[in-house]
Amino acid sequence: MMTIPPENASSKPTSSRDAGNWAKPVDRLKVSAAPGSALNLNVDGRQTVNPLKGFGQLWQKTYQVRLSNVTVSPADVVAIWKERFSEFQPPENRFYPSVAGVKPGEVVLINAMTPGGPVSTGVLVMYSDEESFTLMTPQGHPESGWVTFSAFESDDCTVAQIQSLARANDPIYEIAFRLLGSKLQENIWRHVLTALAQHYGISATVDLSKTCLDPRLQWSEFMNVRHNAQMYTLLYTLTLPFRKLVGSRTN
Amino acid sequence: MTEAKVMMTVRKIGERISAIDIAGEVTGAAETPLIEAYTEAGTDANTVVLNFRGLEYMNSSGIGLLVMLLIRAQRQGQKLLAVGLSEHYQEIFQLTRLNEAIALFEDERAALASINVAHS
Repeated sequence: MMTIPPENASSKPTSSRDAGNWAKPVDRLKVSAAPGSALNLNVDGRQTVNPLKGFGQLWQKTYQVRLSNVTVSPADVVAIWKERFSEFQPPENRFYPSVAGVKPGEVVLINAMTPGGPVSTGVLVMYSDEESFTLMTPQGHPESGWVTFSAFESDDCTVAQIQSLARANDPIYEIAFRLLGSKLQENIWRHVLTALAQHYGISATVDLSKTCLDPRLQWSEFMNVRHNAQMYTLLYTLTLPFRKLVGSRTN
Repeated sequence: MTEAKVMMTVRKIGERISAIDIAGEVTGAAETPLIEAYTEAGTDANTVVLNFRGLEYMNSSGIGLLVMLLIRAQRQGQKLLAVGLSEHYQEIFQLTRLNEAIALFEDERAALASINVAHS
């Protein structure tokens, strides 16, 4: 027997207090102007992808640092984090927020150097409120999913946290992650939290807990490899001398 | 961590179909109540309908919980449907592309009708 509760026509809220925190849906990313010396590659025209769309195993990784003996609210921590987001990154992992900054709907360009070579890509600011912000990856990024930067109170102390929920986007990245990439990525987020803690004059240990939520490889997403940003970045880098030559001859 | 401001109610609404009424805020703090509700709803059910009519607030950690729920449903061979999403939250499902994994319906009647069509 089916039981269907009576529908209340007026029960749907007309607005939600989180409305301004979310980006609007986009079919494909668009970068209007690359900030500074950032290389805008493998972002324009790409679709965003979620943790269900990648090829590799799905991991949730949570990094935390306790800002002990410092009186600072979670909101203040996140405000500083957004303002100095690029500065807290390690030198081999350059993030370039747009002029508007870390706000919902903005695109942050990434130019990184890995043992496998350079990779230029970006992320969409999917969500941002006073105490957190979340970045969502596009096709071709090493990961398919999102990463949330947040701060909260715990036992009379403010804790800064990075939590990623993502899979390797394609088989090449999955192999890379299993060999060395996973460790390198963990070092990046450890560096970010360490830098954030040092901003407050704290030398703190970063705790990491990780869970494999889905160990299965998604072979239906094998062809994500055609979007591989590292491959295209390498191609761009290798052909740069030829393009410069062609450019100088036509001028 | 912040205390959960959410209430989950589990109902059986059909032959091997359960519903979870979600009221309040879906944030990271809602993980335990959501998993507990799903465990209850998923017993003897191959379809679980998430009723978001009472949803007041959701952040990105909350959306992450839905991903975890989906993974669990997939591993258990269960299907997730969603009803009662306001226009705003439907946009969020589009933004996060969760609408590609969870079918959205206006109400439970429509959701149940789609199940009946699938099984006929």
